[in-house]
Amino acid sequence: MQKRLAYSLPDEVLEHVFSFIQSDKDRNAVSAVCKSWYEIERWCRRKIFVGNCYAVSPGMVIRRFPEVRSVELKGKPHFADFNLVPDGWGGYVLPWIAEMAGAYPWLEAIRLKRMVVTDESLELIAKSFKNFKVLVLSSCEGFSTDGLAAIAASCKNLRELDLRESDVDDLSGHWLSNFPETYTSMVSLNISCLGSDEVSISALERLVSRCPNLRSLRLNRAVPLDKIANILRLAPQLIEFGTGAYSAELRSDVFSNLAGAFSNCKELKSLSGFWDVVPDYLPAIYSVCSRLTSLNLSYATIQSPDLLKLVSHCPSLQRLLVLDYIEDSGLEALASNCKDLQELRVFPSDPFGVEPNASLTEQGLVAVSLGCPKLQSVLYFCRRMSNAALVTIAKNRPNLTRFRLCIIEPRTADYLTLEPFDIGFGAIVEHCKDLRRLSLSGLLTDLVFEYIGTYAKKLEMLSVAFAGDSDLGLHYVLSGCKSLRKLEIRDCPFGDKALLANASKLETMRSLWMSSCSVSYGACKLLGQKMPKLNAEVIDERGPPGSRPESCPVEKLYIYRSVAGPRFDMPPFVWTMNEDSTLRLS
Amino acid sequence: MEGRLVLLGGGSSGVSTTESAVLSKVEVVSEACSYPAESELELGLGLSLGGGGGSTGNTKAANSSWGECGRILTAKDFPSVVSHRTNNGGSSSVAVSGTKRAAETESVSHDSGSPTGVSQVVGWPPIRAYRMNSLVNQAKAQRGDELESGIGEKDKPKDALKKKLDYNGKQTSSATVNEKAYLGFVKVNMDGIPIGRKVDLNAHSSYEGLAQALEDMFLRSANSAEKEPLTMASKLLDGSSEFVLTYEDKEGDWMLVGDVPWRMFVGSVRRLRIMRTSEANGLAPRFNESNDRQRSKPI
Repeated sequence: MQKRLAYSLPDEVLEHVFSFIQSDKDRNAVSAVCKSWYEIERWCRRKIFVGNCYAVSPGMVIRRFPEVRSVELKGKPHFADFNLVPDGWGGYVLPWIAEMAGAYPWLEAIRLKRMVVTDESLELIAKSFKNFKVLVLSSCEGFSTDGLAAIAASCKNLRELDLRESDVDDLSGHWLSNFPETYTSMVSLNISCLGSDEVSISALERLVSRCPNLRSLRLNRAVPLDKIANILRLAPQLIEFGTGAYSAELRSDVFSNLAGAFSNCKELKSLSGFWDVVPDYLPAIYSVCSRLTSLNLSYATIQSPDLLKLVSHCPSLQRLLVLDYIEDSGLEALASNCKDLQELRVFPSDPFGVEPNASLTEQGLVAVSLGCPKLQSVLYFCRRMSNAALVTIAKNRPNLTRFRLCIIEPRTADYLTLEPFDIGFGAIVEHCKDLRRLSLSGLLTDLVFEYIGTYAKKLEMLSVAFAGDSDLGLHYVLSGCKSLRKLEIRDCPFGDKALLANASKLETMRSLWMSSCSVSYGACKLLGQKMPKLNAEVIDERGPPGSRPESCPVEKLYIYRSVAGPRFDMPPFVWTMNEDSTLRLS
Repeated sequence: MEGRLVLLGGGSSGVSTTESAVLSKVEVVSEACSYPAESELELGLGLSLGGGGGSTGNTKAANSSWGECGRILTAKDFPSVVSHRTNNGGSSSVAVSGTKRAAETESVSHDSGSPTGVSQVVGWPPIRAYRMNSLVNQAKAQRGDELESGIGEKDKPKDALKKKLDYNGKQTSSATVNEKAYLGFVKVNMDGIPIGRKVDLNAHSSYEGLAQALEDMFLRSANSAEKEPLTMASKLLDGSSEFVLTYEDKEGDWMLVGDVPWRMFVGSVRRLRIMRTSEANGLAPRFNESNDRQRSKPI
């Protein structure tokens, strides 16, 4: 009787139940229960996340999920952020847009990261999706403001246009005027990456004034300080705001106007921008500081005393991005004032300087780890570190989930003991049991990898540079880290043995990047031929790997799992190691 | 078909000379590359550098003196060079050319007394290009104001300018000192090639170095193009082309590369374009402006 009940639930009921299940993992689990659930689920899946655009083809996605409304794609490997992936590598979105244009006429949202987006793609989006609402282009490139003009002109229901950190060919600021006068639906606009000196301020103001639902506005550097007050007065309902260049000649009328405009924004929780800061203008934001939960000062080249003062006004801060000008003293103030802090990122103001540019050491991070009980996510650039400090941090903050430490000079040792940081990072992975992301730096031997393999069972992403002694290091990680999805390695003495011994592990991961290591061409070929579910790609700008001996190490190797087989859009400097293509290799 | 382009070195084999050492930042060939005999090597891009004589248009000359209209060299000009890595396959921890030292030989043009700190490895420290460029642009803007205050192009009031320098005095000095050290990647587009590239200006200390790097970038793509639809460009590249190197400066004007001192160029360039000479007519007058800077032919 009970068995038959399961079969007798109508599809609509199941579909309704499934609609409460939003996470991809859960959805995937649901679809694996039985054939009928698979069928029902695939018809009602509305959101797709593809972490590697080459892992699957657009056609496959469309065939399985015919009614998708929201697509998120990621393209280039993470190390592309640091110019390690040559231009022209790939990550083109056009093929996806082209197929979705036909298959998903009701598509509402496209979110892309590290992809090449052309004006043609943007124009196609503008033409094809009548109910288009959300466009997020994170660290993308290949398009210009002409493409944006097309989006502005056609997408009547656009709510979100977010260009965060994309590389846009900024031909003119007039694309903003392409939003028709009847367009009023903007909720979130982020143009902070645009470089143009001629942003049409009047078009911007008109746009802001007719969009009553605007909650998030991030301007680009070109918007001068004296225009900010007016814009804020047009949108007092803002929750997030990013200034342009925060500098002007100091004038009391401009200041009080600005201060007044800020105090008018009763819901402002997040501030960013702050290029070219003139410190005398900082007090203009004091009225909102007590409510601020997120503050991005990572472009603000102001000194420690000003930073300290500012930070002391922000007791509700949960997220702070700042330059190392904050110094240990500023971080100590942060630790005593901001008990809700969850995320801290400290960037170097002078990454290549010989002498430290600011008095920022491991002490600052230790102080924050002690004073901020909710601290979960850390990105910290510094010039010296000690194992003692890392152990203290680990014991203070076992709730860390993301820990990325960059000791600026490669292979720097513990400044107190001159030892490697194996013990310190070992403590991090041992104590922080929920650690999902880790970036290593400093002098490190194979031992640290043994610790990581032993303890970091929830680790999903690991970044390694200039570390380790032998293949054993890589082997520890691949064999020990159960949850590992992304591994990126540069300049480490890891070679064929560990890779080949753990080849099947690679099928459980999204991707592996290795550059300037010791993996031979022969091993790459072997992997490509033996592991059909993996795409093994060699990036080598010296010419075909086949023109060199098989034992010759490759420049860069990118291996990712895929159900779509080798890709067709590889540039001349990328070679696939998969079997059917080996004939191409000379 | 192995047109392995060898980077044009000023000197004989090895990385002893300034120019030949300066090739590394562009994600290219290993340090072990050997250099062929140089006499036939010449820089091909028609830069309007010193060499004057160059009135546009003249040219189809295959002659080898620098200064007159150059041509973009093709693979035929170079013997094929294959880099042999058999020996150091496993011997060092950095077996392949990941670590590149570009800046040491640039100390010639360095302002500061102190040497650059972190060895200049590509992509290290791991700071996103977006953030680096922002820092560079802030530094450049400050320096640019210094440079231009005489010309009066910026209408910033002097007080604010001074204030900015005062507040950021510390940064300014370190920025100037290390400005060369920031990753100054600028986009380069070549007419006829759909995909642009990026070149790191701070890896070069002279126009020669930059020209070399660009030739490698775009020629290399053309020659290994089994798949890239570069036929248009290839036709033009085969000996008969005239391309000129131009750049867009901070004010948005397009200028021919080579007119101003290198450092000033680096401080004001926003992006580069390798343009067909026929399209550069609007810029032609600069060809005729006499330039005192004679660029010596690399030996």
